[in-house]
Amino acid sequence: MGGKPDSVTKTERREPVTLLEAISEGLFEEMERDERVFLMGEDIGVYGGAFKVTRGFLDHFGEERVIDTPISEGGFTGAAAGAAHMGLRPVVEMQFMDFISPAYDVITNYIATSLYRGSGPLPLVIRGPVGGGNRGGPFHSQNVEMAFFHTPGLKIVYPSTAYDAKGLVKAAIRDDNPVIIEEHKGLYRAPFLREVLPEDDYIVPLGKANVVREGSGLTVVTYGMMVHRSVEAAEVLHQEDGFEVEVLDLRTLSPLDDEAIVESVKKTGRLLVVHEDTRTGGIAGEIAMRVSEKAFEWLDAPMLRVTAIDAPVPYAGALEDYFLPQIEDIVTAARYLAAY
Amino acid sequence: MPATNSADGTALVAGLTESQLHELYYALVRVRAAEERLELLHKQGHIGGGVYRSLGQEAGSVGAAYALDRRSDGTGDIIAQTVRACGALFLMGGEPLDFFRQYLARATGPTGGKEANVHWVDYRRGLVGPVSPLGTMVGVMAGITLSFRLKQEPRVGLVFAGDGATSTGAWHEGLNFAAVQRCPMVLMVEANQWAFSTPTRKNTRLESFTQKAAGYGLHAESVDGTDVLDVYEGTKRAVDRARAGEGAGMVEMRYYRLKGHAQHDNQEYVDPAELKAWEERDPIKRFGERLLSEGWATQKTLGALKARAEVEVSIAAEQAVGEPIPDGVQALDAVYTDRGAKTPWTRLETPDPIQA
Ligand SMILES: Cc1ncc(C[n+]2csc(CCOP(=O)(O)OP(=O)(O)O)c2C)c(N)n1
Ligand SMILES: [Mg+2]
Repeated sequence: MGGKPDSVTKTERREPVTLLEAISEGLFEEMERDERVFLMGEDIGVYGGAFKVTRGFLDHFGEERVIDTPISEGGFTGAAAGAAHMGLRPVVEMQFMDFISPAYDVITNYIATSLYRGSGPLPLVIRGPVGGGNRGGPFHSQNVEMAFFHTPGLKIVYPSTAYDAKGLVKAAIRDDNPVIIEEHKGLYRAPFLREVLPEDDYIVPLGKANVVREGSGLTVVTYGMMVHRSVEAAEVLHQEDGFEVEVLDLRTLSPLDDEAIVESVKKTGRLLVVHEDTRTGGIAGEIAMRVSEKAFEWLDAPMLRVTAIDAPVPYAGALEDYFLPQIEDIVTAARYLAAY
Repeated sequence: MPATNSADGTALVAGLTESQLHELYYALVRVRAAEERLELLHKQGHIGGGVYRSLGQEAGSVGAAYALDRRSDGTGDIIAQTVRACGALFLMGGEPLDFFRQYLARATGPTGGKEANVHWVDYRRGLVGPVSPLGTMVGVMAGITLSFRLKQEPRVGLVFAGDGATSTGAWHEGLNFAAVQRCPMVLMVEANQWAFSTPTRKNTRLESFTQKAAGYGLHAESVDGTDVLDVYEGTKRAVDRARAGEGAGMVEMRYYRLKGHAQHDNQEYVDPAELKAWEERDPIKRFGERLLSEGWATQKTLGALKARAEVEVSIAAEQAVGEPIPDGVQALDAVYTDRGAKTPWTRLETPDPIQA
């Protein structure tokens, strides 16, 4: 077997890693730590995956643990469930999360219900690239969280930094429940996310949000790419308005960290949810309802949201930029709330 | 029926006249020229999305579409194209200009920049707008051709799909539906031996995809996808059967993807010797040599056809480059027949969430 691929030894060498490399390291370390962990997906072996997350894995772990599948998302996700029943811990890659759709049946009807039906826990991970901004058009840009958020029994993770990505991947693989990990393509190689990670075997626990910027005037609850847009907006508001925004990165969408959300809202009295996903049926609705249930008395203003428009993701740059939430939208919404 | 599109004359081969053979050659060199130009535009930074070639597969798409009743009034045959079936797209009447507009995301293009590449619709010319999820179009074409049968229209639908797409559930369900319902549909399997980096043997244990047809009780045949006449004849047989009410069929086109999956793929995983061997079977070179050796065309004619194709493509590309991109707000249009998406409240002149 080949040695360790360079792309997973940067932390060992104390070099900064991108979010993508952090995911690679997380997968790699879990495979080394636990031989029950194995990978399936399209073009993940020889090619190392469409985005090269598993580059070099085939040489190191061999064909039995890095399986190039036919183009059969439903079939191989079903196979992951079966393997998990027999004690293995499969991690499957969707080449683009847009193509998780053929596996919707097995994920929602079979995998998510397994424990409840008495068929036992299903420790498996389904991961892949999501998100817009890459001129990928309607089928290479979607965010799929809400197609699964509604289904009890599934966990959903959506990292925004290299540190979190690695720790969440490792936690997801060790979790005994089925976990979907959404990886934003626009963050994969974003230079500003490069960081030197700790050398120890850390995890980031599922279900725990993270305050990435403290503030007293407004809580912005967000995740993924929008964490960074929200932080930039918060900086603008700080500079131009002297208005301090707290930015809470959910990191895990299911289960939602109600406690962290409520705690922050109680502090600021104002809530803005920002997500890249489309508006109707987006997670903002659920978050607002929970805050209404748990912290209504603390609110000083209506709860609002900034999201993508309710449309498929368009291809043209100008259309896609219009479709996606921008920093200015967050600033405008925050100013509206500040003045309320 | 297909021969009606061309000038009269005696049939030289496959029932085709000299001018038809020249038309085929023209279609081949035109798609190649268009894709070469596309590649150049990509290198010059004009294209935001993925760029795909059909190098080595041109005879498949051209030969197949040539077997159809091609019209522009919405009463002819219909295809669901793929990025590898660009030759068919053009033969059906899809314009190189629209091809460039699509890739360049121009406001003037058939989808106004909402969709990319060959993903556009023109029902009058017989083009169905495909989507990226593999296999999905098989079921859609089954329904289109079911409607031909129900309405007793003598029309046929061709659905192109790659060899990798044969592994999807949608492919199987759609094909079986078409078989059971005796839809006048022909499935064109683009057996280019790769699905991105995955070789065919990792997508199937079968030697030929025609064996899958047998599993559904379908008629199928395999053709040499680098030989435009072989593709034409095989497709014509399947199309004639379908039109005659004998139900759905399959044609497997055997050839090789001579470029990477898309521009971003340098196909390191391909054995150079194998690639070289297939490059020798370049479909345009093969057909050109045949035309010359049989005396069906002169070197001068072929040169003139190629030059004409290059001019046509060049004019189209330059026009597209000069055309405007869409306005951002157009992203709101046409989500429903009777309404679009709403303008984000943060972008109203007076931002107001009550307007959301
Ligand atoms: C359901 C689905 N899964 C994955 C993809 C991603 N993908 C796009 S093209 C491709 C390979 C297609 O191979 P093939 O069908 O042989 O067509 P070719 O590109 O060779 O023409 C893959 C895996 C997709 N489009 N749809
Ligand atoms: Mg193929």
